[in-house]
Amino acid sequence: MCSKKDEMKKKFRVVGTRPIRPDGIEKVTGQALYGADLHAPNMLVGKMLRINEPHAIIKSINISKAQKLPGVKAIITFQDFMEVSTNKTNDILENCLANKKVLYDGHAVAAVAAINSEIAKKALDLIDIELEMLPFVVDVDTAMQKGSPVVQLGRKHENVSDDFSDNVTSFCSFGHGILEDGYKNAAKVIERSFKTPSVHQGYIEPHACLASMTADGRSDLWCCTQGQYNVRAICADIMGIEESKLRVTASEIGGGFGGKTTVFIEPIALALSLKAGHPVKIVMTREEVFKATGPTVSSSIDIKMGMSKLGIITAAHAVIRYEGGAFPNETYELGAQSAFAAYDLKAVKSEGYNVLTNRPAQAAYRAPGAPQAIFAVESAVDELCEQLNLDPLETRLKNAAKKGTKASYGPTFDEIGLIATLESAKKHPHYAAPLAQNQGRGISCGFWFNFGGNTCVSLNINFDGTVGIIEGNPDIGGSRASISQMAAEELGIPLERIRTVIADTNSLGHNDVTDGSRVTFSVGLATIKAAKAAKKEMCKRVAKLWKIHEDAVIWKDGYVLPAGPNAGDQEPLSLKEIAAMSAQTGGPIAGHHEVNAEGAGVSFGVHLVDVEVDPETGQTKILRYTVFQDAGKAVHPSYVEGQMQGGSVQGIGWALNEEYIYDSSGKLQNSGFLDYRIPVASDLPMIEPVILEIPNPGHPYGVRGVGETSIVPPLAAICNAVSRATNIRFTELPLSPPKVLSAILGKE
Amino acid sequence: MVKVKIWGSLVEATGFEYVNVEGTNFIELLENLQLKYPGLRPQIQRGVSLAIDGKIYKESWFTPIRKDSEVVLMPFMIGG
Amino acid sequence: MNKIRVGVSVNNDKIEFLCSPEDTVLDVLRDNLRLTGTKEGCGTGDCGACSIILDDKLVCSCLVLAGEVEGSEISTIEGMAIDGKLHPLQQNFLKHAALQCGICTPGILIAAKALLERNPDPTETEVRYWLAGNLCRCTGYDKIIRAVMDAAAEMRS
Ligand code: FES
Ligand code: FES
Repeated sequence: MCSKKDEMKKKFRVVGTRPIRPDGIEKVTGQALYGADLHAPNMLVGKMLRINEPHAIIKSINISKAQKLPGVKAIITFQDFMEVSTNKTNDILENCLANKKVLYDGHAVAAVAAINSEIAKKALDLIDIELEMLPFVVDVDTAMQKGSPVVQLGRKHENVSDDFSDNVTSFCSFGHGILEDGYKNAAKVIERSFKTPSVHQGYIEPHACLASMTADGRSDLWCCTQGQYNVRAICADIMGIEESKLRVTASEIGGGFGGKTTVFIEPIALALSLKAGHPVKIVMTREEVFKATGPTVSSSIDIKMGMSKLGIITAAHAVIRYEGGAFPNETYELGAQSAFAAYDLKAVKSEGYNVLTNRPAQAAYRAPGAPQAIFAVESAVDELCEQLNLDPLETRLKNAAKKGTKASYGPTFDEIGLIATLESAKKHPHYAAPLAQNQGRGISCGFWFNFGGNTCVSLNINFDGTVGIIEGNPDIGGSRASISQMAAEELGIPLERIRTVIADTNSLGHNDVTDGSRVTFSVGLATIKAAKAAKKEMCKRVAKLWKIHEDAVIWKDGYVLPAGPNAGDQEPLSLKEIAAMSAQTGGPIAGHHEVNAEGAGVSFGVHLVDVEVDPETGQTKILRYTVFQDAGKAVHPSYVEGQMQGGSVQGIGWALNEEYIYDSSGKLQNSGFLDYRIPVASDLPMIEPVILEIPNPGHPYGVRGVGETSIVPPLAAICNAVSRATNIRFTELPLSPPKVLSAILGKE
Repeated sequence: MVKVKIWGSLVEATGFEYVNVEGTNFIELLENLQLKYPGLRPQIQRGVSLAIDGKIYKESWFTPIRKDSEVVLMPFMIGG
Repeated sequence: MNKIRVGVSVNNDKIEFLCSPEDTVLDVLRDNLRLTGTKEGCGTGDCGACSIILDDKLVCSCLVLAGEVEGSEISTIEGMAIDGKLHPLQQNFLKHAALQCGICTPGILIAAKALLERNPDPTETEVRYWLAGNLCRCTGYDKIIRAVMDAAAEMRS
């Protein structure tokens, strides 16, 4: 029998090669249409009025002057919306447009549609708002304390202790074993507290949409999103219409990283369009993106960890406090679950809290919740290694989770690639390279769950033997290429004969958001199954033609042929030949597959980094960076490398520079790319990717999601490197030059 | 009966880290968990996933569960 | 409203447009001329997505007032491929997978072209510093730098 393992080792023809992406030419010539690139006849410009106060009661909104301004076609406030069905949708709507209270600096209270942006801006100035200021809180630890200003009442889950303020909405804990026993067996136990700032996804394309909605509810929405179906579900609920009435088309998307998995302006544009009777376009400014879309959570984390003389972690405990702005979210659960995922531990406990503050509602950001928690854990592991004089890589190998390990979040791991990844880092020349003065080497493991989810794919065999694939997930980084590759592989035809398009919501069944590193895995899986269905149909047709039983024909490399000598000696028929006979043999040939894909398979990565810290300025320079990650099977290795490099650099930014800075009046101080500094080309060296391929048993080609894990290790890897270079243990990010310099001066 | 591991902060609702309930698939198991341990209801309504023999299932009601399957209750997960 | 009439050449086509005094070249390109290949990432000169070449100078079009460019020559991403033939930079960006989402790509291609016109044989460091005003959030720059270096080598040979 040909086992599953053998199939995984099979030779691929197209999968694993590096073809030019099919949407490439449009994107290098400026023809590709992104969110802000569409114009409609008779279109109005929509703008939002935002309040620059962190916390206030809205006493009144007077729009009468603004309404009289010639050229203004519609003005809306929260009162223009009807009640929605769930708490979740209501939170989304209230985040788009404030209801009774302004909850953070940048919260919108009204929106205007006018014939041009000049008039729209003037109209905003004419809206009178009466506010009653309230005390506010932006820091996670302060917000937890009793007596702190409360952002929203009534959001506390039943299991949260009354010792905390009402800002603490939720609590969770995971783990097994008895911590105290573990600490007793340790040669060294440390307790440390860590802080990470909130950072923004920083996609270069601001949110943009173009909406038109008529009185009978029929509506069209064009927007840059990671998931058009999710946008449809939320907007239909908010607008009180059936989903079928709203068609959402995803534009090309200029980056998302999790930040474009929800809505900020789309329902507003629809409501303005309905009221004005014109299409309405809203494009956010960069300042709006920073102030009113979702950054990631900021954190405050305590770790207690014990290690034996030989480097075995004997017990580990994490208390994770995440602040995700003015609305509840579940990121704390992901943090608490992923904190210790890389290790095989006898006694482990992780506890998580979610805390409300007067900041914008957080949104997902690449492996949401994992980088913060793992930063704290990996920093503690590194410090213990240093104190016990142990090699940090060997020590991680000794403790690494493997097949059969009971994960700290519950289940027992199947095949996972962490040990292989660590071994590959150990063998790499980077690990043995010499270091000079003021230089340090850091290492960190990383982990992410990876998702599957709801997926539909339709695959049509055209009469001329070309193939059209329809899928429903925006192409955020080359997925049209990888999906076409998997179809070409399965069908045995040249890649050039396949065109993959991304459907609007009314052309294909539901697809989950492009998140959780799910697309190459789930859409690939559905594409392969759709191709198999089409192949089956083609086999059936040929069998009829040859007057033999269906089982007597087989598919091989793009041809149908007799299964064996008994079946006959007919000449094999190619896909192209069979396609040409479609009409005569029963009509068009297609395959489709619908699934809620499971079995995505967790992902691990290891990063190695060398830094040099300038003792005069506190500036950290990245000298060398190597990323080791298990991709299952890299369908298009260039784009897998791209995910590893891009995620690493986002993590580098998080470690060294990026942070939301609030002043003492609760206002965001750095809502532009000048002061919110993301890494630029001159900050960085080349990022060397090392792809490991340990097939994922849950996918026919062994594919594993690769998009998110790479943002997890950089935080601790860099912090460990800087700590080793300076001989000072840092526990708070970002490691900006002034912070590092003052620590160096403090030591002297 | 299937043995189900409950995560730490829910143990208060069940009294035990491991509980035994009837069920041959995802949905039967969740229904019986809520019946036997009403304290789990708020969390199950908010959303849970199940890890069955090491694989995480977010929904899939009809995923079969064997008597000797390793079953772990987990929060419902959302990503980026 | 007082509109200003401006005559320019865009990608070698002579054109005229009317604009308001506060309109930027980026506004006019995108909204009046519907040349949406030039992108807006910030509107404040910090991201480089709106890079164009204005009379042989690389500029952020979001910082230049449209009313002040009378008589000048503008090149945008739409003029980079000549008669449907891609520029070596465009080809190398595709070959190296130097774009993921592609929103930064037009600006980076224009900036890189301006670099290679001045310095046909730049070092990696020179490329990195030249492109420091063009943000890319997806790629980590690695493949972009390689694509520019390879395109430069190809253009020299
Ligand atoms: S849009 Fe001009 S520099 Fe960002
Ligand atoms: S490719 Fe997305 S910003 Fe550069």
